[in-house]
Amino acid sequence: MARTRTIEILVGAFMAAGIVALFFLAMRVSNLSASPGGDGYLLKARFDNVGSLKVRAPVTMAGVRVGRVESIAFDKGTYEALVTLRIEREYDNLPTDTFANVFTSGLLGEQYIGLDPGGSTDYLHDGDTVGHTQSALVLEQMIGQFLFNKAGESTQ
Amino acid sequence: MLELLRQLGRSGLQSLANLGRGHILLAGILLGLPSLVARPQLLLAQIFNVGVLSVLIIAVSGLFVGMVLGLQGYYVLSQFGAAQSLGVMVAASLVRELGPVVTALLVAGRAGSALTAEVGLMKATEQLSGLEMMAVDPVKRILTPRFFGGLVSMPLLAAMFSAIGVMGGWFVGVGLLGVDEGAYWGQLQAKIDFEEDVVNGVIKSIVFGFVVAWIALFQGYEAIPTSEGVSRATTRTVVHSALAVLGLDFVLTALMFGD
Repeated sequence: MARTRTIEILVGAFMAAGIVALFFLAMRVSNLSASPGGDGYLLKARFDNVGSLKVRAPVTMAGVRVGRVESIAFDKGTYEALVTLRIEREYDNLPTDTFANVFTSGLLGEQYIGLDPGGSTDYLHDGDTVGHTQSALVLEQMIGQFLFNKAGESTQ
Repeated sequence: MLELLRQLGRSGLQSLANLGRGHILLAGILLGLPSLVARPQLLLAQIFNVGVLSVLIIAVSGLFVGMVLGLQGYYVLSQFGAAQSLGVMVAASLVRELGPVVTALLVAGRAGSALTAEVGLMKATEQLSGLEMMAVDPVKRILTPRFFGGLVSMPLLAAMFSAIGVMGGWFVGVGLLGVDEGAYWGQLQAKIDFEEDVVNGVIKSIVFGFVVAWIALFQGYEAIPTSEGVSRATTRTVVHSALAVLGLDFVLTALMFGD
């Protein structure tokens, strides 16, 4: 009987340790505690070029993450990229003339969307489109332009 | 020529028959679940055998795997000036791959072989036939608790392995190599996703637990009831489990992270 009791206690400790480990992975290691997950409202933005922007990339405002990229699609009619952004519900006061840019964090970092607030007193609501956008800087294009300008200068 | 073809055909038919018997046995094991619910004591004893007794080897391996990942990751990442991302590298490789896979390999070696030897010896000493004589179904009484013991233990052990490994990587990276503590945990939390990484790792380890327990019990139950037969069955358990785990890991990784 004493042996059964020891086994029960040890199995209980084992299962508790396993669950604690899972809890540690969920809370401390992954971002479960940080993201409400699926909550928030959706905004749309059209870009000429999104570069290598990925789904789930952060959407930031003043450097603070306020949402994530929900989906990226190609609009067949306008030949533009249609990006859906999920903004967390507490940030419900983005002005209607908010400006969306595709930025790169660092030289080799990931691309993300930075929002610049405008001055309007009307706010964007679920399903609205961010009107003003700026495409991703493509490094090859920049270098190409730079070389082109240099070549222009040297012939003058 | 004809003899060669016959050999090929016979081995093909034999492996097909083995596969079929394996699935019939699995069905029998799963059908024993209701009677197991009525007697949870049996399951507890097996979780003790497979899980609790494996904790030490899992914890020590997890610690050292995490520490080695910390050292090697730091070496490569510091060349790109990205040593701050050490935590992401350690945690992603542990949670996604090494945790479930290494745990499954260790459990196959530590507990799977023991299950095979135990069941094989029960068969060799005719304890299984004895049970049947007493109208006790040996599959339900002996195999079902062992199967579910393995199935329950594996994800818990894998979670412990990953958690201890992350702490090992933290110990080496932050403690010895001087990576910033805030960067280690901050980058880790920003880049590791709960559903994408942690849940998929847990699903992997459940699948591995299922396969390892199934293979071990099947080999034990089908062992030739001699000492040589049991020893061969034990070897086959480890080899087949390792191959199945590594092969399945590729398939699961391709399905989960392939896009």
